[in-house]
Amino acid sequence: MSKVVFDRPHALSDVPLHYCPGCTHGIVHRLVAQTIDELGIEDKTIGIAPVGCSVFAYNYFECDMIQAAHGRAPAVATGVKRSLPDKVVFTYQGDGDLAAIGTAESVHIAARVENITIIFINNAIYGMTGGQMAPTSLLGQVTTTSPYGRDPKIQGNPIRVCEMLATLDGTAYAERVAVDTVQHVNATKKAIKKAFQMQLEGKGFSIVEVISSCPVQWGKTPVEALEWIRTDMIPHYPLGVYKDITANS
Amino acid sequence: MTYNILIAGFGGQGVLFAAKQIASAGMALGKNVTWLPSYGPESRGGTSNCSVVISDEEIGSPLVIKPDCLIVFNLPSFEKFEQSVKPGGVIFSDSSLVDRKSTREDITVHYVPASGAASDNNLTGFANVIMLGKFIKETGLFDSEKFLNHLIDNIPPSRAALIDKNRSAYTIGSGL
Amino acid sequence: MAKVLMKGNEAVAEAAIRSGCRHYFGYPITPQTEIAEYMAKRMPKVGGLCLQAESEISAINMVMGAASAGVRAMTSSSSPGISLKCEGISYIAGCDLPCLILNVQRGGPGLGGIQPAQSDYWQATKAMGHGDLHLIVLAPSSVQEMASLANKAFDLADKYRMPAMLLADGALGQMMEPVDLDGIKAPEAVCKPWATCGHDGKRKKNITNSLYINPDDLEKTVIERFARYETVKANEIMYEEYLTEDADIVVVAYGITARICRSAVAMARAQGVKVGLFRPITLWPYPYEALGRLADTASRFIVSELNMGQMIDDVKIAINCRRPVDFCGRTGGVLLTPEEILNAILGGKK
Repeated sequence: MSKVVFDRPHALSDVPLHYCPGCTHGIVHRLVAQTIDELGIEDKTIGIAPVGCSVFAYNYFECDMIQAAHGRAPAVATGVKRSLPDKVVFTYQGDGDLAAIGTAESVHIAARVENITIIFINNAIYGMTGGQMAPTSLLGQVTTTSPYGRDPKIQGNPIRVCEMLATLDGTAYAERVAVDTVQHVNATKKAIKKAFQMQLEGKGFSIVEVISSCPVQWGKTPVEALEWIRTDMIPHYPLGVYKDITANS
Repeated sequence: MTYNILIAGFGGQGVLFAAKQIASAGMALGKNVTWLPSYGPESRGGTSNCSVVISDEEIGSPLVIKPDCLIVFNLPSFEKFEQSVKPGGVIFSDSSLVDRKSTREDITVHYVPASGAASDNNLTGFANVIMLGKFIKETGLFDSEKFLNHLIDNIPPSRAALIDKNRSAYTIGSGL
Repeated sequence: MAKVLMKGNEAVAEAAIRSGCRHYFGYPITPQTEIAEYMAKRMPKVGGLCLQAESEISAINMVMGAASAGVRAMTSSSSPGISLKCEGISYIAGCDLPCLILNVQRGGPGLGGIQPAQSDYWQATKAMGHGDLHLIVLAPSSVQEMASLANKAFDLADKYRMPAMLLADGALGQMMEPVDLDGIKAPEAVCKPWATCGHDGKRKKNITNSLYINPDDLEKTVIERFARYETVKANEIMYEEYLTEDADIVVVAYGITARICRSAVAMARAQGVKVGLFRPITLWPYPYEALGRLADTASRFIVSELNMGQMIDDVKIAINCRRPVDFCGRTGGVLLTPEEILNAILGGKK
């Protein structure tokens, strides 16, 4: 007798994803869907898609979905959650959406202690529009809008979102993870599940920052891109739990 | 008939409260009324004025530019609005605070030492109600007792302690 | 219940609550802050929510979330704040979501002033955010109408699945008038099968979305939406006429200006001038036909507004440019006086 050991999660729609070859969005989508399945919450979850590469996320999850304006997903999520406090609400946002145009919304969703989960994809680049500098682009990183490398005197410094949001009293859980290795993917799964669980327990605002790759806009092969996460991204964005109000001190 | 009232003073002198009492009494009589405050950037200490229109007809503009009756609680307001009063109109001026006589001969002016009477009678902060007493007495716009009762009824339960002071102030004003 | 003396800002807030709105999202700005303050006091007492957002942008997007979830939601602001909300309003229109937006207008452009104005007429009726879209725009002219039209706006928004705006001004917001709230009631439960509120395992997932990457799909969606707009035009136009039957001159005005014009018309009638007042109550859809009919009998039209003449073009369209259209307005926060309008009626002659 054969036994199914690996399958598409029910909460992940059975449609082709539009992401580029080697992009890690697909992995994170799967981890979110798997979490929704394991927690049995698809029927009461509302997801908010951003503007950016993951704009079509509303097509990829089987729960109810809303597509928000650029950066405004946390505000839309707040409107949903405050109307339906018993439902599970998450946003899925990239670095431009969350840490540039939507910085105010990201900070205040935490300040208000909204019982909402943000899945934050940090790949240090604007993928959808074709490789422009992101608020999280590294110093020296070449992009189409920092063609001579990001210079702090001209383009300023990259933002560390988890560290910043962890300073806010309303943040219940903030963890940075990566999806460059199997081990890290497993850790990411664990973090995402914990964030949703904390929402179910009414603990408050949770964010999981996922260091992701963008081989196409980074100008690397998928393997080189995963390597660059290790050599360049993680040293600037150290992995780990930045806040966890449930942890033993 | 339409009666236009303009009340003006410093913020905190109870201009808006006094204006509201007049509008509210007009409403109770079944009249059309409007109450329109000036509003500016400062919350305290700035000049404040309020337009009240009482009419048997539908009210057009809620903004009183040529008042039938002007009530002023400070000199800047007296200077600003004295000339705007309609011929045949009336001014009530708090003479404790406005050291100025009107030069106009086509209007009636009542110099009412409302603020002085308030401090003399341990009623600081109630010069506006003293003025209302005088205003109703002189204009006969409403029945004085009904107006006072209406004013008392409008005091919220949380401010019930102020009922007696309002009554005293109103009575003093009626006697000035 | 007897009439109560209320500010327009308070009356509209109370009317919204009585209309079943339990979700208010706002941000302070003069001259409409009393709305947020009233909501902050009252909402907790009726099991509702008043949330002060970090910006007008965030507030309108919270409205979008709440409207997506299927509840009656609203926001209010004044001119500069409404500009910030334009993006969100465009998304709400593109997602076919019902909600109420209240603009208590002040002078502009820029930070402008804080006194009453009607300078956002173009924005409200022609350019409320990017894209092919309309809002239902209602213009109250009394505190009573601040209440009754708020109620109407919620009903229309739900009926046509589109945002509705109450276009008021600082005078209507700040002034008190007697108001009767007895007739302001919430409807029976409104069915919203499209709401993104969790599918509960009972239906396929719902998506609230305004993105159509294929131009043919977007065009089809917009055309369908515009067909709905046509039904709004056919069914929901509101206006009021005063002494227009025999009028040789017709003054066209809305909101606070209309009531001032009404006084001027009465003054002119007392002088034997045949003049009437046409007051659009829906600014979108605009009562083109009803106004156009008056050009059969009237020889001259006067547009009166608290701006530089933003409604003139709509009046010219309505009467097909058959008669001269004059303008009498003030801007920047200055209210018109009946005498100024009377002067315009009398042809500029003192």
